[in-house]
Amino acid sequence: MADKESVNLLSPFRSIDFGIADWADGIKNWAAENRDVVQPIKWFVNDLIVTVEAIMHAIPPVAMLGLIFLLAWQAAGVRVAAFVACCLIFLGLSDPYAWGLAMTTLAVVTTSVAICVFFGLPLGLLAGKSDRFEIAIRPVLDTMQTIPAFVYLVPVVMLIGIGNVSGVIVTVVFALPPIIRLTSLGIRQVDVSVVEAARAFGSSPRQILFKVELPLATPSIMAGLNQTIMMALSVVVIASLIAVKGLGNEVLRAMGRLDAGKALVGGFGIVVLAIVLDRITQGLGRTGRERGHRHWWQGGPVGLCLRLLGKNPKETSPV
Amino acid sequence: MPAEKSQLSNNTDAVIECRHLWKIFGDRSADAMQAVQNEGLSKNEIRDKYRCVVGVQDASFSVGEGEVFCIMGLSGSGKSTLIRHINLLIEPTYGEVLIEGQDISQLGTLELRALRSTKIGMVFQNMALMPHRTVRDNVAFALEVRGIDRDVRYQTADQAIETVELQGWNDRYPDELSGGMQQRVGLARAIAADPHILLMDEPFSALDPLIRRQLQDQFLTLSAEMKKTTLFITHDLDEAIRIGHRIAIMKDGALVQIGTPEEIVTDPVDEYVADFVAGISKLQLVTAQKVMQSIEQYENSYGPLNSTDCPVAKLDDSLDHLVDLSIDTDHPIIVKQDDTVIGVVSKRTLLRGIQGKQE
Repeated sequence: MADKESVNLLSPFRSIDFGIADWADGIKNWAAENRDVVQPIKWFVNDLIVTVEAIMHAIPPVAMLGLIFLLAWQAAGVRVAAFVACCLIFLGLSDPYAWGLAMTTLAVVTTSVAICVFFGLPLGLLAGKSDRFEIAIRPVLDTMQTIPAFVYLVPVVMLIGIGNVSGVIVTVVFALPPIIRLTSLGIRQVDVSVVEAARAFGSSPRQILFKVELPLATPSIMAGLNQTIMMALSVVVIASLIAVKGLGNEVLRAMGRLDAGKALVGGFGIVVLAIVLDRITQGLGRTGRERGHRHWWQGGPVGLCLRLLGKNPKETSPV
Repeated sequence: MPAEKSQLSNNTDAVIECRHLWKIFGDRSADAMQAVQNEGLSKNEIRDKYRCVVGVQDASFSVGEGEVFCIMGLSGSGKSTLIRHINLLIEPTYGEVLIEGQDISQLGTLELRALRSTKIGMVFQNMALMPHRTVRDNVAFALEVRGIDRDVRYQTADQAIETVELQGWNDRYPDELSGGMQQRVGLARAIAADPHILLMDEPFSALDPLIRRQLQDQFLTLSAEMKKTTLFITHDLDEAIRIGHRIAIMKDGALVQIGTPEEIVTDPVDEYVADFVAGISKLQLVTAQKVMQSIEQYENSYGPLNSTDCPVAKLDDSLDHLVDLSIDTDHPIIVKQDDTVIGVVSKRTLLRGIQGKQE
């Protein structure tokens, strides 16, 4: 169709071809040729996932249930913990294999989120402190969040191969932006007059960061962590396209066999995991005032134990 | 009994001194400063030509040991900008700030931090307490940044909390306290490290009138006890007169008049200051010396004075006291110094004095 002799001025785009797609396809070949470079990273991430997964599978379901219950209780209170436990029991009962698949997914998500926090927190701090960096990073984050995962699936697979490591990388690309954005927002929202007061009393920039800015930005950072976890969970089905095991893979396989029942069980499992992780991280993100100004060790199972040991006289302050 | 200002010592060494301080905000502040020095541009010319805003222009003053120096001005007059130069939260465009004779712009980063945490305490209009810290941890903040042991700093903080009469609230959080209490925490935080200098940036402006008055009284009592050199910013002339040993009136970034409350009220340098002091009650501020006529002047106008039934006042008696003396008699008041009559205050001059008009 492209007739170079007669460029139509009203509709010029059909007749011009810079060959960008061909050029970009070269990335794929470049990736395939440079596999060796990334091998150490691959092994490191792989070891990490394998270890986390092994631990999750080694813990008997009932013990894991208990652990998550205690964690939820500490983070968000006993009511949320009971709700979370009910959800998980329901998940376990939905299918004999559901629990194991959920643990595999949880391992991939946990590893991805850990990597997101490792990179996202410092980047978010930087973006919160520097307007230039914020302006520079914003289009990158927009791209990461909106570009369809299928676009970078192929180059990643070419570079690293199919499996959990590629799955984690795809997940990180998708789930990293919220924690960067909300950390930056949290730092920017800290009351400037409080920072000024800290400066007036002789704080160093480091002391201002750790004693004022980070504590005050915590609710926002926790909201970012929460969103990062949700994004990570939502991408596990796509990641299963490149042979990531777990609930996502179950959905994918059921889809191939038109097995609506299995797809529902797998999909429901992902929703349950999302609810559980959401409630726990939301609990972590409450401000001091919302918690009634109690320290974390004054409530939950830890507070109960300390009270039983007589080391933690119950606070008289109204909650 | 209302709190009284402390008497100033005669030590005249300046603790805080500003010399020709200028602050120009904007990207081209250096050029603008140059233009001010070479061509004497006005504030508006600088704004139009360089797109820079003049925050402080050519402010010079010094505050002596134990003195409470008030800077009074309306919002936007640059007083908050000026006070932030004293601990270099804002760097001057031109001019020097000396603390105890030391030019603080010469200090290194660490020395400056040490100066802020040991020598200067600051109180802010909007309290600026840290919401995630207890009252005690807020008060102990200056000690904490210096790395002082927890037990020691808590002990010091508890003392400061007691000084502002907030004992029992140590473990509470700022949002559990009322506005007035929060500002007392702000005050405790400023005095906890026992600094030589207090910078108070409109500390009581955000409080309602009754609480403001209480805190002013509390501050006066404390200040008389502790004798800290204080720079006190306010937009309330009544407050400045109650609290300050001296007052500087600030307008458009410049200090238009510096003087004792009495000087400001009785001898305003221009219309602007005169407008300010017009509504101020002169009863406590103005003394007999200021309103009296000399005995010769009186006798020229009214004939010889028979002083036997006249009430007697001293030179530094306030108008308020003169009213008390004059209320039950028709005779003029005579003013004596060392048993000699040196002046007369007739009812007419007294009433005019209260009005603030000279006969």
